[in-house]
Amino acid sequence: MKDHYDVIVVGAGPGGSIAAKTAAKEGLDVLMIEKRQEIGDPIRCAEGVGKFHLKQHIEPDPRWICADVKGSCIISPDGTKVKMAEEMSGGEVGYVLERKIFDRALANESALAGAEVMVKTRATDLIIENDTVCGIKLMHLGKMHEVRSKIVIGADGMESKVGRWAGIETAVKPSDMETCAQYLVSNANIDQEFCYFYLGNEIAPAGYVWMFPKGGNKANVGIGILGSKSGEDRPIDLLNAFMEKNMPDAKIIEMVIGGVPVCGTIDRTIANGLMLVGDAARQSDPITGGGIINAMDAGKIAGEIAAKAIRNGDCSTDTLQEYEELWRKTIGKEINNSLIVKETFVKFTDEDLNSLAYSLKDINFTSMSLLDLLKALFKANKKLLWDLRGIFKDFIKNDVDFKYKAE
Amino acid sequence: MSISVNKYICGYCGACVGVCPTGALELVETWIEVDNKCTGCGICQKICPLGAIEVNR
Repeated sequence: MKDHYDVIVVGAGPGGSIAAKTAAKEGLDVLMIEKRQEIGDPIRCAEGVGKFHLKQHIEPDPRWICADVKGSCIISPDGTKVKMAEEMSGGEVGYVLERKIFDRALANESALAGAEVMVKTRATDLIIENDTVCGIKLMHLGKMHEVRSKIVIGADGMESKVGRWAGIETAVKPSDMETCAQYLVSNANIDQEFCYFYLGNEIAPAGYVWMFPKGGNKANVGIGILGSKSGEDRPIDLLNAFMEKNMPDAKIIEMVIGGVPVCGTIDRTIANGLMLVGDAARQSDPITGGGIINAMDAGKIAGEIAAKAIRNGDCSTDTLQEYEELWRKTIGKEINNSLIVKETFVKFTDEDLNSLAYSLKDINFTSMSLLDLLKALFKANKKLLWDLRGIFKDFIKNDVDFKYKAE
Repeated sequence: MSISVNKYICGYCGACVGVCPTGALELVETWIEVDNKCTGCGICQKICPLGAIEVNR
């Protein structure tokens, strides 16, 4: 470890690693720190990711791909099933990852690009001078150090402190956080090409239960409920109840827990000498809960803008503003559309959900596009989904779609 | 007022840190640290997926 770098990246998840790799490839002197002693472990993720967008960042590698997904199945409270599958040959639209290996592969890529990586190293504060972030204070093996930099990229996840230290309000309200629990199970006995989503206010208040295939008859079975609905019944209790009823033969081999911000975009993700990416910037999708691709996209933009700022000798918000604009134009737009869908969705009663599912039961979806699903839903349920009319117009006008996209 | 985190229940996911309005919590590898900014508001207690947090009254 040196006492000065061009860029310090806090956090070695997908967002941090892509930011570090991008900045290092641009010729910058980069330090990436990770507070855990093992990158990628423990996971806090259902591990599903869209194939098309993933490939923009890294060549798929069988070492970290557990399952190829070609469709999804949504199950309403009364058991009505809505199935969507990609019917073209090949047809897989998504992967279920092994995040423990994936995250390490990404960190390794940033190391190979020239970044210095330190594990078991935790940021404890920012160095701020003249209203500008000039580095971080960190702890490594019990010793405190000060390391200076021209730019800090905060990729420190859902529990991010970096933004708060710079005066950016990132605290999430309980009504804007899904609280989640998940088991990795063997003997899952589900179709390994499908992701399953169970809806219902009894099963998962203002959330859902998911089953994602993990290969070899295994699956990630998890639940997310809105924080404001948690308390008496917690995610772990509801998940246990679901397992007992729906998967009595499954064997639990791992427990995963975590929170997913579903607040939509926050007001500010930059300060002088600082950018936030990924969950630290609350860039997860409020409907799918997905955050991997958004974090990687944002990390790439942040790495590029860091290089530009350092080349121009101006790391103030004047230059970093471009990061803010670029991510909001793409990722931000999708997040805010998803937020509108989520705000509508969490208000539905079980009867609403049943009638929505019923209205779709004879439609044959040949693509896994969430947009196609929403379009069909809107056509059959204009009154129930009236709040969503604006985003349909927007989708159609701009050809926007969600992250699951076929090649 | 403050909180107690039962380390035998805690799964060190950090959801509590993300919702803490005063920034009093910190996830340090496998445990949660609470500093004197904690007001005992109980938001973390509500969000915890495993029920590891109690508010001391």
